[in-house]
Amino acid sequence: MDQLDRRIVNALQGGFPIAERPYAVAAERLGIGETELIDRLGRLLAEGTLSRFGPMFDAERMGGAFCLCAMRVPADRFEEVADAVNAMPEVAHNYARAHALNMWFVLATERPEQVAAAIAAIERTTGLAVLAMPKEAEYCIGLRLAA
Amino acid sequence: MDAIDRRLVRALQAGLPLEPQPYSAVGESLGISAGDVMVRLEAMLERGAIRRIGAVPNHYALGYRANGMTVWDVDDARIDALGRSVGGLDFVSHCYRRPRRPPLWPYNLFAMVHGRSRAEVEEMAGRIAALLGSAVRGGDVLYSTRILKKTGLRLMD
Repeated sequence: MDQLDRRIVNALQGGFPIAERPYAVAAERLGIGETELIDRLGRLLAEGTLSRFGPMFDAERMGGAFCLCAMRVPADRFEEVADAVNAMPEVAHNYARAHALNMWFVLATERPEQVAAAIAAIERTTGLAVLAMPKEAEYCIGLRLAA
Repeated sequence: MDAIDRRLVRALQAGLPLEPQPYSAVGESLGISAGDVMVRLEAMLERGAIRRIGAVPNHYALGYRANGMTVWDVDDARIDALGRSVGGLDFVSHCYRRPRRPPLWPYNLFAMVHGRSRAEVEEMAGRIAALLGSAVRGGDVLYSTRILKKTGLRLMD
C-alpha cells in the first residue's frame, strides 16, 4: 500500500458520487485519472485491504433487523462450527474473540422474524446454544479508519 | 422499497461494478436506465436505507490489529446518559445498550474501539472506565483474533 492507496482509502469511506461517471468525479478530487482509480480499487479489493466497495445498506431501514449473537464453541469444533455459521446467508459478519464466548456474529435479515429462525437453524445444526444480544439503544455510529 | 429497489439492492450487495459507468451497467442488468438507478440510490441514501457509498476497509489490513470490544455492566438507571457520553468519544466507533445474558454475560453496554496495539486499546478502555465512574460494576475487553466472515447485507429471494 503506497501513499496514493492511503489517500484513496481515507477519501472514499463515504460520499462516493452518484453520477454518470462517478469514478471520474472521485478521481478528479484525488487528482488522478479514472482508470487509475478503478485499477487501484480493484487491487485493494483483491489484496483484501478493502473488504467491499459500494453502497452500505442498512437492514433496519429496509424493514429488516440486525442481531448480535455469541456462542461458546469447544476449541476442537471451532472450524466446523464457523463453517456452519458462515454458510448461513443471514450471517453478515463473524469474528473469533478471545473469551469463553469465543464466536461473535451479526445476523442481518430482511424481516425481524427471520432472526429467530436463523438462530434456531444454527442451534439445530451445531447443537450449541446461541445467545442473542439485540441492540436496545444506539449511542453512536460512524466509523472512519485512518489508513 | 418496491420490487425494482429490491432487485437493485440485490444487484449491488456484492459491490459496485468497477467500470467507468457502474450505475449504467447495473441498470442494464435490471432493464432500467442509469438515471432511474441514480434516482433510486439518492432516495435510499435520503431515507437512510443506504448508510453511505464507498470503501469498507479491512481493519487488519490497515494495521488496526487490536480491535477491542469493550463491554461494561452499567447501572440501568444511568446507562442512557452515560452511553451517550461514551458514544461521543472520538475513538469509539459503535456504542450500544444490549441485554445482559447471565450467568455467562453480565454486560449491558458495548463500545467498540479500534487501535493499532493492545496497549492503545487498553488505554482507551481505561478512559471509558473513568468516564463511567461509580456507575460501572465490571468490565472486560474482548479482542477479535480472526475475521471469520465479512459481507454486506444479503437479500434473499
